This record gives sequence, structure tokens and C-alpha cells, in this order.
Amino acid sequence: MNNKAEIDNAINKFVGKKGILIPLLQTIQNIESYLSLEVMRYVAEKTGTKLAHIYGVATFYTMFRLKPQGKHIIRVCQGTACHVSGAKTIMSEIMDQLKLSADQDTTNDGLFTVMPVACLGCCSLAPVIMVDDQTHGKLTPDSIKNILKKYK
Amino acid sequence: MSFTIKVGLASCGLAAGAGEVYEATLKHIKSKKIDADVKKTACIGMCFVEPLVEIIQDGKKSITYGNVTPENIGTVIDSYMKGKPVLENIIISNIEKGSENDTMKKQERIVLRNCGNINPTSINDYLENKGYQALEKSVIKMKRIDIINEIKKSGLRGRGGAGFSTGLKWQFAYDAKSIKKYIVCNADEGDPGAFMDRSVLEGDPHSVIEGMIIGAYAIGADEGYIYCRAEYPLAIKHLNIAIEQAKEKGFLGNNILDSGFNFELHIKEGAGAFVCGEETALMASIEGKRGMPTIRPPFPAQSGLWEKPTNINNVETFANVAWIILNGGGKYAKHGTEKSPGTKVFALAGKIKNSGLIEVPMGMPLKEVIYDVGGGMKTGKPFKGVQLGGPSGGCLPAELLDTVVDYDSINKTGAIMGSGGMVVMDTSSCMVDIAKFFLNFTQNESCGKCTFCRIGTKRMLEILTRISEGKGNLEDLDTLENLSKNIIAGSLCGLGQTAPNPVLTTLKYFRDEYIAHITDKKCSAGVCSALLKYEINKEKCIGCTLCAVKCPVKCISGERKKAHEIDQEACIKCGACYDACKFDAIDKR
Ligand SMILES: Cc1cc2nc3c(=O)[nH]c(=O)nc-3n(C[C@H](O)[C@H](O)[C@H](O)COP(=O)(O)O)c2cc1C
Ligand code: FES
Repeated sequence: MNNKAEIDNAINKFVGKKGILIPLLQTIQNIESYLSLEVMRYVAEKTGTKLAHIYGVATFYTMFRLKPQGKHIIRVCQGTACHVSGAKTIMSEIMDQLKLSADQDTTNDGLFTVMPVACLGCCSLAPVIMVDDQTHGKLTPDSIKNILKKYK
Repeated sequence: MSFTIKVGLASCGLAAGAGEVYEATLKHIKSKKIDADVKKTACIGMCFVEPLVEIIQDGKKSITYGNVTPENIGTVIDSYMKGKPVLENIIISNIEKGSENDTMKKQERIVLRNCGNINPTSINDYLENKGYQALEKSVIKMKRIDIINEIKKSGLRGRGGAGFSTGLKWQFAYDAKSIKKYIVCNADEGDPGAFMDRSVLEGDPHSVIEGMIIGAYAIGADEGYIYCRAEYPLAIKHLNIAIEQAKEKGFLGNNILDSGFNFELHIKEGAGAFVCGEETALMASIEGKRGMPTIRPPFPAQSGLWEKPTNINNVETFANVAWIILNGGGKYAKHGTEKSPGTKVFALAGKIKNSGLIEVPMGMPLKEVIYDVGGGMKTGKPFKGVQLGGPSGGCLPAELLDTVVDYDSINKTGAIMGSGGMVVMDTSSCMVDIAKFFLNFTQNESCGKCTFCRIGTKRMLEILTRISEGKGNLEDLDTLENLSKNIIAGSLCGLGQTAPNPVLTTLKYFRDEYIAHITDKKCSAGVCSALLKYEINKEKCIGCTLCAVKCPVKCISGERKKAHEIDQEACIKCGACYDACKFDAIDKR
């Protein structure tokens, strides 16, 4: 837990309102980049919520990450339209370019985390990836290198 | 003379580079001192030619340009101003000549009435287009029950998938006795291949908000939530702006339009779980819990959010409401068919030429949707199937293209209308692979509560994987059908109840393909990698060594400038050599 003051701030902002757990965890994840057990314990204590409940929520939703993540998140669409338009080769090109092995999702230098997602809603431009908040469409394996270069 | 230049800046446009086009437009106008109004708008639906720019003269004549780039926008503008517009290959429609393009001609736009025309971040644009007039009419002139009756008269059915009567649903919530009621908008749109709701939220957020306020007034709710998936950051941004604007103008908050009616609206971001699109799971998620569906009854109208009566509708359902109140339910019912009135927005994607968003009257044959509105196939390859309804839907073959799009006709085929995603496939898609793809999806997304959904889908996925690797046997097909029956019967929510649909429809319409995988060990589409064999054509290979360099397992050998060879034992069939070869010298079988 590196940003205690900010986390306290977030908790104070949400506490007392109903249905706050998910947005609170989202805010904290934005601050810390992931949810460590330590952070979850801290939130449990501060908000009087059971740790099991917090852990249950954190593991249910794919958005929550329990491991540190890279500086840039690459969401690679695996939705139907992208699947039929070659999402597989895009994924393997990204893994190749970033030198990631099959069971690895974050580069050793901590710059990128690759995340498969179900659909980015830009299906007409399939195949699609999203780097942080920027969507890139109509991709070919050759276009990946240039996109990644911008973030290195 | 006055000129307006509109640049489409929805997610799809931005992904195609519309942001740069917008900047270049501003720069060009400034440097050439051109007197024109540059406006941001959202998606008009023709995503296949993004970035799109429309130039309008005196608010009457207009030309829409597609595939615009920062480099050519200057020429486009200059030549238009000179009265000699460049028309070659980038022109999409020329309203002046009355020649709307085919994609637009057969459409009837109610939900998308403003998308791509107005600036979604300007409430004044919305107001100029009859915005919030329906709300005013509702809270000032109409009784609550009159609103519900008008919606009933329109025959509007929920656009979230199941097609339940919206008027009836509102009636149930209206009848519920409680001081506190909620209204919820389902903007989770988890179905991969669908993006109708995203476009509406990005392009015309006020229409959804107005529909919700009217709904809240009608059923007697004073608080509402829009549950929007977090993968749609632009939609969330536009919603937040729109809510602030509506508050400022007195359409949200206390004593709306001096009627004494109060309504507060919040946005909840989803956290990435498909099952949260299911209404009971969605409400659990808003409450901050794991998104597990619960048994109905009690229905949300009796006991929903925090155990209070709740009405939940889809984005597109709400976007229809204001139009119905203003124009009358009877007029709405004139669109579409008797049992499925109105229009439906479809997201066309896959191997279709005009991929993007369209709105057509219910009852249009699939053939017309795909070939006339959608422009037919994009690739040279023939049509093989169209996937409707995502993971809960099914794949229909060419023989069924005469099926008309309405809830009941599509249900009869074994697919479902779903939310309106249509993914068109050509002969390069393998139906066993598609079935496997969806099962993998539902298996991953099953919340795990019901045994059949949790384990049954896993077993089905294992069988499909086996078949795609050429290790299946014919009894597997019966097992798949049996498991399907049991999963449908043994699941609590729609996820499990519909998960087998992609398998059942492909088994029904593309059984030959399953059999070819099992008995001949062949995948005619060349997708199932385990059944493929890559070989180097000795005649064509010039020995450039590119394939050998690209091969991840280094199983290609040969001297420079001589034909190479693939070691079949070591080959992992990844296809890297096939993709790399510039001489078409690798045969895939
Ligand atoms: C697994 C599952 C996922 C669903 N996903 C969505 C969705 O993403 N959007 C939606 O509007 N409805 C979805 N639904 C349907 C909702 O449960 C609900 O029927 C709908 O929001 C009601 O709105 P309507 O009457 O306006 O259609 C889903 C249902 C199931 C079973
Ligand atoms: S399927 Fe990839 S963006 Fe929708």
C-alpha cells in the first residue's frame, strides 16, 4: 500500500453511501494499480465490511486485478467480430512483440499488461485493441509494432 | 452562405483516426480564414467508412465524405467551398441531389434519430430537435397511467433481448405499492459483437435520459441508475455531461418543470462480468455485491434494488420512449409488424461490406438487411452464416435468409433476436470453431451458481475442443444435444438457459461440418489448426527464408534461394509461415 493518504480520501468520500464497494475498489485500483491483500484488509477494517465479502467481489469481476499491472494496459478484443477477423493472430503478434510467454500477462519491465476482453464495442473496425483509453481498429499484424512504439 | 462541418467523433470514428481529422479541419479553417462552423457529432452508423465528415450549406444541402484523412480534408473543404466538390471515391451521400446512399435509404430512424446529426455534448442541440418536449408533455399534460397506456398502445417490446412488453412492465411497477421505487437502465451490453447501446449513449445520451425520466414519473420512482459497462469510457463521459446539463435546465432534480416531481439519476460503472447484464445480477452489482442472479419471482417490479420495486429496461427501449410520447403509440405501431411493432437497431459486423449501425423496421427479411442495407459480403468469399443474438443466440445458414427479423420469427429458428448483434461470416469461418468460441465465452462467464451451467458448459466445451482436434466421435453429437437439454432445464438464469443455443443451431444447420471434423478429420474453413497441414510448394518457393525466420519452433529448413521444407513432426501449425510468405508458396490443407 503506497498511497495511504489517497486511499483514506477515497474511503472517506464513499463511506456512508449505499452500494459503494465496487466504485470504491475501482477508485483504489486506479490509485494503486491493483488490489493487494493488504489494501483489501485495510478497506475491510475502515469500512466495517467483511474481508471475505471484499475478496469475493474483487475476484468476481474481471476488472479487478490482484497482481501488480503494467503502466499501460492493452485490451485485446476477443469478441465475435474480432474472432472472425483474425483476433488470434493479433494476440500472438502482441505477445511476440512484447516477448511474453503464454502464462505471462505483464512485461518484465512493467511497461505493459495484456488483457483479453470480450468486446470493445467497435466491432465494425475489427480486429480491435485498446491501449489505455485509446482504441485502435482495422489492425493487421504489421500495424502492431507501430502502435506499441508510441507507448515505449 | 453559411457552412457547417460535422466530424463524427464516436469511439468507432476515433479508433479510425477522426480525432486527427477534427484537429486538421480546425487548423485548415483557421489558416485559410474560412467562415465555417466546425461541429463535433457522434456516429451516424456508417462505421465502415470512418472517419466521416459532413459539410452542410445553409442548413439544407449536404455532402457526407467517408475515409477522410488529415491529409485530404483540406482539399475536400476547399473544393466544396469553390462549388466544385471532389466526389471521387470518398463521397457517401449527396442530399442536394436527393441521392441518399443505399445504407440509409431502407432505414427508418427513431432510436437513431439524432445520432450523427447533433453534438451529443450539447443539450441545446438536443432541445432544437424536440428534446425534452415529451417530458414536458408527460409531466404537465398527462396522467401517469396515460403514459403507461400510450406505451402499451405502441406495442413496444424490450430491446434487451427477451422482448417483454414495456407497457406491461411499467404497469407492474406502477401497481407496486411503495413510497420508494427505482428505475434502472441496463447499459451493460456484454454481448460480443453488439454496439448499439454504445452508439446511442455516445451519440444521443439525452434521449435515453429523457426516456428514463418519463418512465420514472410514470411508475412513481424518484431515483434511477444507469448501469454502464466500464469498457465504454466515452459513453460514460457523455452521460455524465448530459446529466449535469439536464440538472441545470431543471429536467432532473427536485420539482421537475414545476410539476412537483423529483428524480435523481446516478451512473454505475460495471466491472466486467457478462452475467451482470441479467437483471437480478445487475441489481446485486449496483448494491455492491457479487453479480449472482437470483430466482424470480419475486420480480424486480415487486422487489428489486434494495428490495424496493424496480423497473429495468434496456438503453434502446428507453430511447424509443420520448418519440412515442410525442408522436403517439398508434403511430409507432404503424412501423414494423403486428406482434413486433417499431424499428430495431442492428449492429452489423464481421465479413459484411457496410459494417456499422442500422435501424430498420421489424419484419424486414434477413436477406434485405444483409444484402441491401448491409451491402453484402466484404470479401470475395461466399456467405456462410449469420450469428444473431451473441452467446445466447445462434447461427443461421443461407437457406434461412428469408426469415424476417421480428422476435417470434427468429425464435422459431432456434436463434434469438437478442440485443441486435449480427455477425456475418463467410466460408473462412468454421462453425465448430464458432460453437466452441461461444461455449468458451459462456463457460468463462457462468457465475457458477447452478451446477449444470457451471459444469455442463465445461463438459460441452471439452467435447467441442475434442472434435475440433479431430479426436471426436459421432456419439459426441448426441452427448452435446443431451447436455444442452439438461443445461437449459437446470439453469436459473438466462445465461445457462441459452448457453447451448450456439451449439444447437450449428448442429442443426451445419451438422455436415461436425461430421467432417469427426470422420474425415477435415476442417474445410481451414480454422481448426490441429486438422491442418502446412506444406511448402516446391514450385513456388524461391528460398527467401522469411518463413524459416518467422517459424516460432524453427521447424522449417532449407538453403537460401532453394525450396524449403517443413518438418511435419515438429510443426505446431501456428500458420506463421503461411501469413509470412509473400509468394503464396505455402499450402494450407
Ligand atoms: C446473461 C444475460 C445477459 C444479459 N445482458 C443484457 C445486456 O447486456 N443488456 C440488456 O439490456 N439486457 C441484457 N439482458 C436482459 C436483461 O436481463 C433484461 O431482460 C433487460 O435488461 C430488460 O430490459 P428490456 O425489457 O428493455 O429488454 C441479459 C440477460 C441475460 C440472461
Ligand atoms: S467483437 Fe471486437 S470490438 Fe466487438
